[in-house]
Amino acid sequence: MPRWGMVIDLAKCTACQACVVACESENNVACVSPEEAGRRRILSWINLLPEIEGEYPHLNMRLMPLPCLHCDSPPCILVCPVGATDLSKEGLVRQTFARCIGCRYCTNGCPYTRRVFNWFRPEFPGDLAAALNPDVSVRPKGVVEKCTFCSHRLLKAREEAKAAKRPLAEGDYVPACVEVCPAGAMYFGDLEQHDSAVSQGSRNARAFRLLEEMGTRPKVIHLSEGEWSGGQTRS
Amino acid sequence: MDRPGANYSLPDAILLQPIMAARRSFYYVALALLGGASFGLAALLVQLRWGLGVTGLNVPVYWGVYITNFVFFIGISHAGTLISAILRLCDAEWRRSITRAAEVITVLVLFFGVGSIIVDLGRPDRMLNVLRHPNFRSPLLWDVCSISTYLTASTIYLYLPLIPDLAILRDHGGKYVWFYRFLALGWRGSERQQRILKGAIGVMAVVVIPIAISVHTVVSWVFGMTVQPMWHSTILGPYFVVGAIFSGIASIIIAMALIRRIYGLQDYLKPIHFNNLGLLLLVMALLWFYFTFSEYLTTFYGGEPSHLEVFYSKLTGRFAPLFWVMVASCFAIPVSLLSRARTRTVAGTVIASISVNVGMWLERYTIVVPTLSRPRLPWAEGTYSPTWIEVGITLGFGAAFLFLYMLFTRFFPIVSIWEIREGRELALPEAAARIRSYMPGETSDTEGKMPSISTREIRQ
Repeated sequence: MPRWGMVIDLAKCTACQACVVACESENNVACVSPEEAGRRRILSWINLLPEIEGEYPHLNMRLMPLPCLHCDSPPCILVCPVGATDLSKEGLVRQTFARCIGCRYCTNGCPYTRRVFNWFRPEFPGDLAAALNPDVSVRPKGVVEKCTFCSHRLLKAREEAKAAKRPLAEGDYVPACVEVCPAGAMYFGDLEQHDSAVSQGSRNARAFRLLEEMGTRPKVIHLSEGEWSGGQTRS
Repeated sequence: MDRPGANYSLPDAILLQPIMAARRSFYYVALALLGGASFGLAALLVQLRWGLGVTGLNVPVYWGVYITNFVFFIGISHAGTLISAILRLCDAEWRRSITRAAEVITVLVLFFGVGSIIVDLGRPDRMLNVLRHPNFRSPLLWDVCSISTYLTASTIYLYLPLIPDLAILRDHGGKYVWFYRFLALGWRGSERQQRILKGAIGVMAVVVIPIAISVHTVVSWVFGMTVQPMWHSTILGPYFVVGAIFSGIASIIIAMALIRRIYGLQDYLKPIHFNNLGLLLLVMALLWFYFTFSEYLTTFYGGEPSHLEVFYSKLTGRFAPLFWVMVASCFAIPVSLLSRARTRTVAGTVIASISVNVGMWLERYTIVVPTLSRPRLPWAEGTYSPTWIEVGITLGFGAAFLFLYMLFTRFFPIVSIWEIREGRELALPEAAARIRSYMPGETSDTEGKMPSISTREIRQ
């Protein structure tokens, strides 16, 4: 049984945000007006988390791409009263949009603030409605959504492999953000395969897991030289 | 006792007056409250049409006024059932004229507590999913279980002591006799019926106490079970229970003062009742301060950065005005008013109670919002201020609650008639016998055991 995970090499990341755009178009993430965005109601599933060090004028800002960390012990799925979110056998933290009652307990249970809520009916102005991905359902108003590691791509890759009568190979299933990364800073694959890029990355001396001390056991692993506090030191 | 009603008509007729005829002012107030409730309904319809985006909620403050109201209303519900059950079990004779008024608060306010949660859902149309797909690991589902148990138990506990009074209303021959006949379940006041009723009330009074405590503990666990800073604390369960009893007593005092004033029941709700409840309120104020102090000192001394962020946002930061008003109105004002007999009057206890209820709402708000505003990863830091929709629904809930409470007093005696009569006729010799049994050298028939509610009638 595979255990899907992601490695993000922050030394390679140029903070171009291609992953953010790719994710939004792949997963039919709704557009939000500038006013709503100003009220922090953006729906992005992956963001660049800023870490600001030093004091003016000696400032240094670094950015860390952060999707859902697909924890092996996810605090969010415990608290859902209707079981609308669960951990799949392959380690994906899933969200059942059709069952979610919108209580937002999971959004408050997540220590990474990685879940978003549909405050209004989703909007796709202009030609965006024609560009919707038919593989991903558009969410109704009032439900929570989150990064799925592009689980629809897993279904597709598995069916294709089955049709070709071969096992699922490394690289058959890759989320949109990883596929599009121009700097090659993101890796995706099976953490159980000893020789996979993610497994090797997870054992790298530069590897760290954000807020690891929370006991969440994240499967998104970042690589970096030096210290990253996850922004915990506030200026 | 063939027709119990005949015995009551003379001395306690004033208790039936609000049911027999309403004053014109009753309709004016009812109309005003219905106006407030429809304002809330309008706000709710706007929210249902457009979604929760019309509120001030955002990322990361996903919970705000609605969840605060939820905890607040559930807290007030501890007014009735718990206080009345404890006073009943302790044979506190002064309870007789206040238990009914308290028990009604419990039952009615629970609907608004549950309503606050439903209003807070993004998809209220799917709320029955909690029954269809329950996840028993979720503290919210524990809430569903404990609150529905509490609502059932406290409704029974309100209804049982109402039965003899319903029979009085049936026999009194006013309006809606069929209604009272149906609800009175053929009560004739026979010895057997009295025995069964008192036994049942005694059992319910015991059963309701652990249920009431569990309800507010579970409400606190909604927060305490998450790992968020200043929520993840073991003190939250007992802290919420203490806060609930605190605001519950304050609510009874306010309700009593209104009833006494409006229906002219100064003879039934006397300064001594306010004095005794005021003393209970004083004890709870001190207990509340003790819990608050120990929680905040522990957080401060531990010095974990993410906890300190929330801590300082309350003590010196953005939430400081709310926090210090809370401390003043939950502690400084009530303690200074209630610790002196000179100010422990009807007016004094009412002012203290209003202050406590304001403070306890702020307490819940400063538990819910600051933690969410300062999540562990500071890039998500946010602010929150409610919109008119949230204010409107809150006011609407308040008005609807007061309206239903008023309606209750119009159809049922708000002071228990038969218990007052029982107190007058039986309790005095019984209390004397009880006190005698405490004294040295006395042997009485009650030796070794307290006279309980269920044995009283038989011995007589």
